[in-house]
Amino acid sequence: MGASPAGEVGVPALSPYHEGVTSATVVASMPEPVVDLLNKALVGELTVIDRNGGFRTDPLIPLWDGRHILMTSSILFSRKLEDIKRNPRVSLSLSDPVGVPAQPFSRATIQGDARVIDDDLHQGWYRVLPLWEAKEPIIKTLITPMQKLGLPLFWERAIIEIMPRRVLWWPNGDTTRDPEVTDLQDAST
Amino acid sequence: MKLGDALARLPGFSHAVLIVPDEGGYPLSVATSFRVVDGSVVVTPASTGQRAVRDTVEARLVVSHIRPYPGVGYDQRRYIELSGALSVGGSAWRFDPQGARGWDEKDLSFPELCQRALPQARRYLAALSTERGHEVKPQMAAGWRFFLATRLPFLTATIVPVFLGLAAAGYDRHFSLGLAALTLLGAMAVHLGLNVANDVFDTLSGVDDVNFTPTKFSGGSRVLQYGLVSLRQMMTLAAVFYVVAIIVGLVLVAISGLGLLWLGVAGVLISYFYTAPPLRLVHRGLGELCVALGFGPIMVLGTYFVQTGHYALRPLILSIPVAILVMLILYANEVPDRFADAKAGKGTLVVRLQPAAVIRGYVAAVAVAYLVVIAGVAFGILPWPTLISLLTIPLAYQTWKGLKAHYDSPYQLMSYLGKNVNLHLYTGVLLVIGVLLGILVRR
Repeated sequence: MGASPAGEVGVPALSPYHEGVTSATVVASMPEPVVDLLNKALVGELTVIDRNGGFRTDPLIPLWDGRHILMTSSILFSRKLEDIKRNPRVSLSLSDPVGVPAQPFSRATIQGDARVIDDDLHQGWYRVLPLWEAKEPIIKTLITPMQKLGLPLFWERAIIEIMPRRVLWWPNGDTTRDPEVTDLQDAST
Repeated sequence: MKLGDALARLPGFSHAVLIVPDEGGYPLSVATSFRVVDGSVVVTPASTGQRAVRDTVEARLVVSHIRPYPGVGYDQRRYIELSGALSVGGSAWRFDPQGARGWDEKDLSFPELCQRALPQARRYLAALSTERGHEVKPQMAAGWRFFLATRLPFLTATIVPVFLGLAAAGYDRHFSLGLAALTLLGAMAVHLGLNVANDVFDTLSGVDDVNFTPTKFSGGSRVLQYGLVSLRQMMTLAAVFYVVAIIVGLVLVAISGLGLLWLGVAGVLISYFYTAPPLRLVHRGLGELCVALGFGPIMVLGTYFVQTGHYALRPLILSIPVAILVMLILYANEVPDRFADAKAGKGTLVVRLQPAAVIRGYVAAVAVAYLVVIAGVAFGILPWPTLISLLTIPLAYQTWKGLKAHYDSPYQLMSYLGKNVNLHLYTGVLLVIGVLLGILVRR
């Protein structure tokens, strides 16, 4: 596994995840409207830095546990995991009015340090399942042993855990205007 | 994805996300609107606060779409990532794309996308294994691995002809429960041996590796492609099944007589050389015939012989419809496999024939299966209650319609492949019931 930015600042490896956690109860520094976007988003565009120093972007479901942005990735689509292990700096865009059905609509970009948790590919990601199911309820019907036979490697998964560092938030989603910028690293220190 | 294709698809997206390098080495992404002009993308300038976007040759422009499906999740997934150079300044920025990648589930189904991604999964597991100093493998409970590796549900193809042979023997007033159980055990062992050996030889020949559209009815069990079972384990499993089959077969020969030996030897040889070199019967367009013989006359007549000690015309006639229908399971299952089969030199009938001819062949074979039952009854060979097997004609009709409508859509075809499996099962069961009813009617 690559460097663990969360570990560097003394953050516990992985807290138990549960639904309904808001920034107000755990982290004061993540702007409330962005927490709302994270909780509503069915898709966000995650950008990682690839082996050549270029960018690679994939749409993924972002999950928010009150402290980290969490995502899961099958080993089938694990290039981003390899990239994160080499370079943990990532950016997540929440921009799609359809895929991020928050009211009132706004847009956000979150830059942060990611780490890959892949010590138990088979069971480890079940810790984020409640958050995942809340956004994609059909998942619970797809993870029965019989259903998993169809695509067993899709269910061998890693967790991507992002420690947010900087948040850009555009009220009303208008990116031609200046965003409100929150530096979470500064806030925490 | 080709760049021209990607640019042509861009107007179908509501907005784009522009990604550029930021201070501190992070990517910086920002949503914006855009339009395509003469192979370039004109981007509306976006504000990222004090850290302004600058000219870069390392920009990405990403478009992405899903359709939320409340209570379920979402569908209509598609996205495109363009790589290229960004020039900022003025009232419009210019993005000159140089490369593109992406996915649209309308064009490439998610299961197929997953199959195509198998090499990446293997690379990741190999890297993890190196990192940890021990092999990291995908996990699955042993029972489920056995279920998957042996393709256990397909045993109906064996159970039906064995029960048909038993019913025919019963009609002729012969039945031994012990011999019936032994026959079923031997027949199932041959079948499971065939299934496992088929995976071994299709992996060794590369057929299963280049098949990106397997379904639960075709393309093998894929336990080897998924790394769930090793090649050595599969070879051992196949050997165990064949050894069991041969031992049971020899016991039955000793009990029933040498007349069974030749049928048994033919069954085991057809099963093994179905995909095994040097014969590789399925590669020579003989797969359908082998399956028809093995799961039709050989199993029905063999079962009948074990019970009665002789062969007869009635079980032979009874075996023909199930032989044809089991052959049609293979035949229809070859439709989604045809590109991979052709690539690996597996010259199945479906590979050799045009789609229209394949569908005509299906209809003709089904018609023959039912006509044999009707003729058997008309000539007094089969008891008249076997005509209840004609009740499955609507299922055959549905399968034919599905085959015609979804010939080029493996995953839409899947439910019809299931109907086709049921066609064999239900027709076989109804034939068994018909023969048993015939015993009652006769009395």
